Amino acid sequence: MVGAPPRRKRNACESWRGGGGGGILLAMIRFADVGLRYATPAVAGQPGPGPEVLRDITFVLDPGSFHWLLGPSGAGKSSLLALMHLAIRPTRGEVEVLGQPLATARREALPALRRRIGVVYQDYRLLPHVPVFDNVALPLRIAGRAEAQIRADVTEMLRWVGLEAKADTLPAALSGGEQQRAAIARAVVMRPALLVADEPTGNLDLAQARRVLALLREMHRLGTTVVVATHAEALVEEYPAPSLRLQEGVLVGHG
Amino acid sequence: MAERAPKLRRPRGRDPLGLRRVLADRLLPALVAAMALLAALAIGGAGGAGALAARWQGGAATAVTIQLSDSGPRPEAALAALRALPEVAEARLLDQERLAALLRPWLGPAMGELPGLLLPALIELRLAALPAEPARFAERVAAAVPGATVETYGVWVARLVALSRSLERLALAVLLLVAAIATAVIAVAVRAGIAARRDSIAVLHGFGATDGDIAGRFARRIALLVAAGALAGTLVAAPVLLGFARLAAPLLGGAATDAAAAPYWRNLPWLELALLPPVAAAIGWLTAQASLRLWLRRLP
Repeated sequence: MVGAPPRRKRNACESWRGGGGGGILLAMIRFADVGLRYATPAVAGQPGPGPEVLRDITFVLDPGSFHWLLGPSGAGKSSLLALMHLAIRPTRGEVEVLGQPLATARREALPALRRRIGVVYQDYRLLPHVPVFDNVALPLRIAGRAEAQIRADVTEMLRWVGLEAKADTLPAALSGGEQQRAAIARAVVMRPALLVADEPTGNLDLAQARRVLALLREMHRLGTTVVVATHAEALVEEYPAPSLRLQEGVLVGHG
Repeated sequence: MAERAPKLRRPRGRDPLGLRRVLADRLLPALVAAMALLAALAIGGAGGAGALAARWQGGAATAVTIQLSDSGPRPEAALAALRALPEVAEARLLDQERLAALLRPWLGPAMGELPGLLLPALIELRLAALPAEPARFAERVAAAVPGATVETYGVWVARLVALSRSLERLALAVLLLVAAIATAVIAVAVRAGIAARRDSIAVLHGFGATDGDIAGRFARRIALLVAAGALAGTLVAAPVLLGFARLAAPLLGGAATDAAAAPYWRNLPWLELALLPPVAAAIGWLTAQASLRLWLRRLP
């Protein structure tokens, strides 16, 4: 049984259902005719356009929803998630995240938006040279929170994911499941409005995968919009929820 | 039961990029120390050459001295002949009192008791430009004033002044070159740091760190290492410069041993040397900021 993550009073910017500036957020994520190409390696000094890995993607995710992102390997799931957490910009079309259209967003405005998005990577991407505590504390330190508050929040978060005893352990000394739980703790410690997870159970056994998924479901239950990419159909059947289904870069199903 | 006090976090939590390891406190400070040593020597050399040039400038003002013979033309005629030479900017007769003052150190106070002592007539020339060949110029002067003895030592002093000025400019050029190399070395170190921490930088960027935040972390670390290296280099250079200052003291009008009269260490450019570590740190900070911000522009 997974307990609830620590609660604290949220300000307007952190509102799970509210948009920036205090208005009502109608869509957490909106894609309209989105296409994405990666540049190919430079030939004769000029990088050329690669093939389109996402084509004509159009959908809307409501605030507070939980969605699976399904599709075979190479379908474009990671690229779609990267667009959602602002790691890349679309080649064409319009992406709107947390009420902010990316086409008109200045680059300087994106860091503040990213602080409202939690990301769980398949390969965890924990900082290898700092212990678990400092990894989880990273988003809070980036946001400039006071050290006393960081200590309290991180301790509670580690307790929530069951890693309190591993606070001073370096990531390399953790099991895969523990590293993934530490990555989840880091992703949610800022109480993000949007949480995206890219194959969070891909490297875990079923028991660990269930535990990780339970943490993500718990965040959804508390109001966070959650998108989880996976190709583990067994987990999807175990936790039925709306899904986005990709096939060769095209959205072939939503619902 | 008393609640256990919370453990203090280790300081590396403030170093999420692991810069203490990737920008270690050995190689970069050692390289910067070597360059700071060269820069300090260049600063000292430029200061010394400038001081020597300033000191000799007075001697160079009188480039040529002419002693008239009894059998030659009278002083007024000699002055007129000399002023007609195109190289001569000014010609004036050295008055007897100044001549006596010049000779007094050699003849002593008994000089005044020698009323019959005849002092030679001397003419000082200030030249419009230094002659390329002082010997030929001396021949022309001798031809214009028959029987005169020409001393062109001032020409050589002026050449020494020109040499000192050149050395001063060369030392400043070396200083700029050292600064450019130091900037390049720092830029390479920063690029190596970026390459080693590319993934960690991406994680910080992904969690909302600004370019200024990431660049600031690198810049503070680099500035600290560069300042430490520059301080070490400057401290190593100080005794070397003091040794040179002591050797040069007699040439600058001071005394190598008589510290009370004119302390030789005062001739060193202490302010410039003291500014070396902070200026080096500023170069390091700016280089790191520029390198990081340029690299971060490729992230969305």
